[in-house]
Amino acid sequence: MPLTTEEEGVAPPAGAWLGGQRGVLLMQSSGVGNCINMLAMTKTCRFPLTMLVTMRGEWAEFNPWQVPMGTKTQSVLELCDVLVYRAERPEDAGETVAAALDIALNGDLAVAVLLSQRLIGAKRWVK
Amino acid sequence: MRILLEKRGGDLLLVTGLGSTTWDAASVADEECNFYLWGAMGAAAMVGLGLAIARPERRVLVVTGDGEMLMGLGSLATIGVQRPPNLAIAVFDNGRYGETGMQASHTAESVELIGIAQACGLKETFDISDEVGLRDFAARLHNAATTMFARLRSAPTSRRACCPRATASS
Repeated sequence: MPLTTEEEGVAPPAGAWLGGQRGVLLMQSSGVGNCINMLAMTKTCRFPLTMLVTMRGEWAEFNPWQVPMGTKTQSVLELCDVLVYRAERPEDAGETVAAALDIALNGDLAVAVLLSQRLIGAKRWVK
Repeated sequence: MRILLEKRGGDLLLVTGLGSTTWDAASVADEECNFYLWGAMGAAAMVGLGLAIARPERRVLVVTGDGEMLMGLGSLATIGVQRPPNLAIAVFDNGRYGETGMQASHTAESVELIGIAQACGLKETFDISDEVGLRDFAARLHNAATTMFARLRSAPTSRRACCPRATASS
């Protein structure tokens, strides 16, 4: 389900959970700051939440506007009581995401897997 | 609120936005299948969307206020794209932020929610200003064929009903 803003995406997994289903929230690091107050619902109601976050602003970043949020993503999430896992290499991604889902769903908590910018590779805008 | 919900049946799942819609629904129509928001302003409609998609065999009604809906205005676009047939959104629109002192919201000025919903792809809209319209909308909740959006024009009043709260002396 595409969203107009990352902030919007915290609620659907909560609603799905109320209905007995599970959801995952995907975003780039720049969107994490948009979610802060919505995460209060996740915490207050103890909804499980798994966030997959592709990182910008931390490795070979070409856009300075990505750096403020990119360098603070983990700190912001942890201040919101979201557990943070990182995957630095592609071969680690699957296991890390599986572990995150396990702890979110079984632990009734919010967890974010940060897929590092080095894992994704620096963007090259080439035509 | 009472009229909107009195014929809801056992099928309808209710999600209410923070403020008066949560207080009033809890006051007159408290049920186990109500989910009350008391924060995450702007999230009510999207909670309803997630719930409606998760439970296609149930009907989901989101009831919220104009201020809460405005804070999640983009969600009307997302809901307009998804358009689950079992989701309805009803906005009690009094043009005010009730919880913070009745400041005027954008709908007291020039912003019109029906037009926004229509432009987002929600074509089944209801601009309700009387009991007849409200009862008609409520009746349609059980068999709508697409997402419905209703604006319930409400007069701003200063009277507010809140849930009783625990205090040190109570």
